[in-house]
Amino acid sequence: MVSALGRFLRTTAFRLTLVYLVVFSIVTVFLIGYVTRTTNELLTRQLREAIDQEVAELDEQYQAGGLRRLLTAIDQKSRAPGAGLYLLADFSGNPVVGNIADIPPAILDDAAETAHPIRYARFDGDRKQNHVALVRVLQFDGGFRALVGRDIGERDRFRDLFGRSFRVVMGVMVVLALVTWWFVSRRVLRRIDQVTATSARIVAGDLTDRLPVTGSGDEFDRLALAVNDMLGRIDDLMKGLKEVSDNIAHDLKTPLTRMRNRVDEALGGEPDPARYRSALEATIEESDALIRTFNALLMIARVESGGQPAETATVDLAGIAREVAEFYEPVAEEDGVRIEVDAELAAPVLGSRELIAQALGNLIDNALKYGRVEGRAAVIRVAVARDGASAVATVADNGTGVAEGERERVLSRFVRLEASRSKPGSGLGLSLVAAVMRHHRGSMVLGDAGPGLKVDLHFPAVEGPISNKG
Amino acid sequence: MRILIIEDDREAAQYLLKALREAGHVPDHAADGDDGWHMASGGGYDVLVVDRMLPKRDGLSIVEALRADHDETPVLILSALGQVDDRVKGLRAGGDDYLAKPYAFTELLARVEALGRRRRPGEAETTLRVGDLVLDRLSHSVTRAGQDVPLQPREFRLLEYLMKHAGQVVTRTMLLENVWDYHFDPQTNVIDVHMSRLRAKVDKGQERSLLHTVRGAGYMIRDPAR
Repeated sequence: MVSALGRFLRTTAFRLTLVYLVVFSIVTVFLIGYVTRTTNELLTRQLREAIDQEVAELDEQYQAGGLRRLLTAIDQKSRAPGAGLYLLADFSGNPVVGNIADIPPAILDDAAETAHPIRYARFDGDRKQNHVALVRVLQFDGGFRALVGRDIGERDRFRDLFGRSFRVVMGVMVVLALVTWWFVSRRVLRRIDQVTATSARIVAGDLTDRLPVTGSGDEFDRLALAVNDMLGRIDDLMKGLKEVSDNIAHDLKTPLTRMRNRVDEALGGEPDPARYRSALEATIEESDALIRTFNALLMIARVESGGQPAETATVDLAGIAREVAEFYEPVAEEDGVRIEVDAELAAPVLGSRELIAQALGNLIDNALKYGRVEGRAAVIRVAVARDGASAVATVADNGTGVAEGERERVLSRFVRLEASRSKPGSGLGLSLVAAVMRHHRGSMVLGDAGPGLKVDLHFPAVEGPISNKG
Repeated sequence: MRILIIEDDREAAQYLLKALREAGHVPDHAADGDDGWHMASGGGYDVLVVDRMLPKRDGLSIVEALRADHDETPVLILSALGQVDDRVKGLRAGGDDYLAKPYAFTELLARVEALGRRRRPGEAETTLRVGDLVLDRLSHSVTRAGQDVPLQPREFRLLEYLMKHAGQVVTRTMLLENVWDYHFDPQTNVIDVHMSRLRAKVDKGQERSLLHTVRGAGYMIRDPAR
């Protein structure tokens, strides 16, 4: 029970509601207090001004017509409906005329220039009632004194009004706080709970699950979309990983089994050094091929894991392409393939000479292996050109090419088109190139060389001097 | 040559010791970083073969410490990490060569021998000679028995590297790394084709061949008269 209460007190809904309530209460107290105070001051000033004006008026009457006229004026004023307070007293403080029933005599001796508050009793039917008023006393010859005042009950009524509104507002705010609490807990927190529940399901292994998106476009939707994107990426990576491990299992287990069987077979039967020798040589050859496949896989994993290799520099893509073409040229010539190079202008890019050379080498090697058609003089074209903000290296052959629908697929690891299965190769060449391009924030585009396969490597071009060593 | 092998894998070390002895060298073995450092700093070795990952002390730190002591004994670094940046790290630490595991013994032997003889005087020679083949590094010209042999720039560098290591086995990867500065596997027999081109220019029509293929290992340029 205690823990249930504790959990309730810890919920965001409860805390938010409490914070809202406290903040708005403080604001309301301040606001109403301020308004009350200013209104009070304003009303008091108005009353004082009214009293001052009447005092001046009575003084005028006295100057014009003496005590007699003053007496008449006060009598008239005091009888008017809704009149203020008036009193004319003689030198001993006895009331002569006016509408005040009882007043402490000391007040009449106070000759202050401004009105000040007093308590007094006035006739209200037959009853005497105590009231508070602002009064000012005026002295005349012969000890006569006139008192002019205004009841401040009006002002106090305003104050009561504000007090009442304060209580109402506070009540409304508590209700609003409850509504906020309801809204936050029902609407907002429910969605967070949904996210939590979905995450728990995903953690449990169901990577296909996605966070609910209401389509309202609010921050929860944006968060859900971002998380869903992330989940999609993770799902892709997991699928890729599974595919790779399946392929590794197939592509590495097969030669390993072959190797094992060969050795097993050599050991059986009559001892024969010649047979042993050939079995051992074949084993070494096979293990070398396995090491190469492993190296290619490690290389791809390494390049894809990102990070800058130690040797990144500004390098000349055209220079690298010329070197690689020159490197492969004798092999091509031996195979009866001509390599045409069109990479005259320097094309600086930021990257690793080694990785770029390896990517281009893989493309040329692929073209040599798979880019030939019987009865057509094979030509491999290696070109580098600037294209707007990118430097593009192209390796094209004039072989059979790759059908448009197959282009995406050949980039996958270990994928080898049926036609090439009989030829040597790990099936990792193009995926290594793709990994190198991702590493360089570039892209790889397979196209039609008409006839043949054309591979464009787009690198972001940079300006600046080319490092000697790259 | 006296060779110190700092390698924690007993089996690999025993295999190396035996094979190096058979190749006519005098190998010693240290099984961890501390022993390796003590034996290496004692001096007297022509080449050190250092594994990168060792118990007690990292292989690279041994090399760094030796270089800080102005010990310039050539070092071949062995590592299971074969990537380019690891190689760069190894060479920056003061290693002279880097070999990724798994390696063929012939590869290791060729590299160790190349390192061991690197320090002999004459490294800065302007003229390299093997038999009647003369390579002039200043004028970039090559003659065979007085006859001019026209070579492409890359062929010149290839021949220069071979002649610098005359009488030693030079592997395909050594050529790839030192002549082309590539550290990847070119997938095809590119090096062999380059070599056969060079051989056609250097040895063709000559009575005696200077360029030899060493089966299962690589190439060697050798004066047959000696």
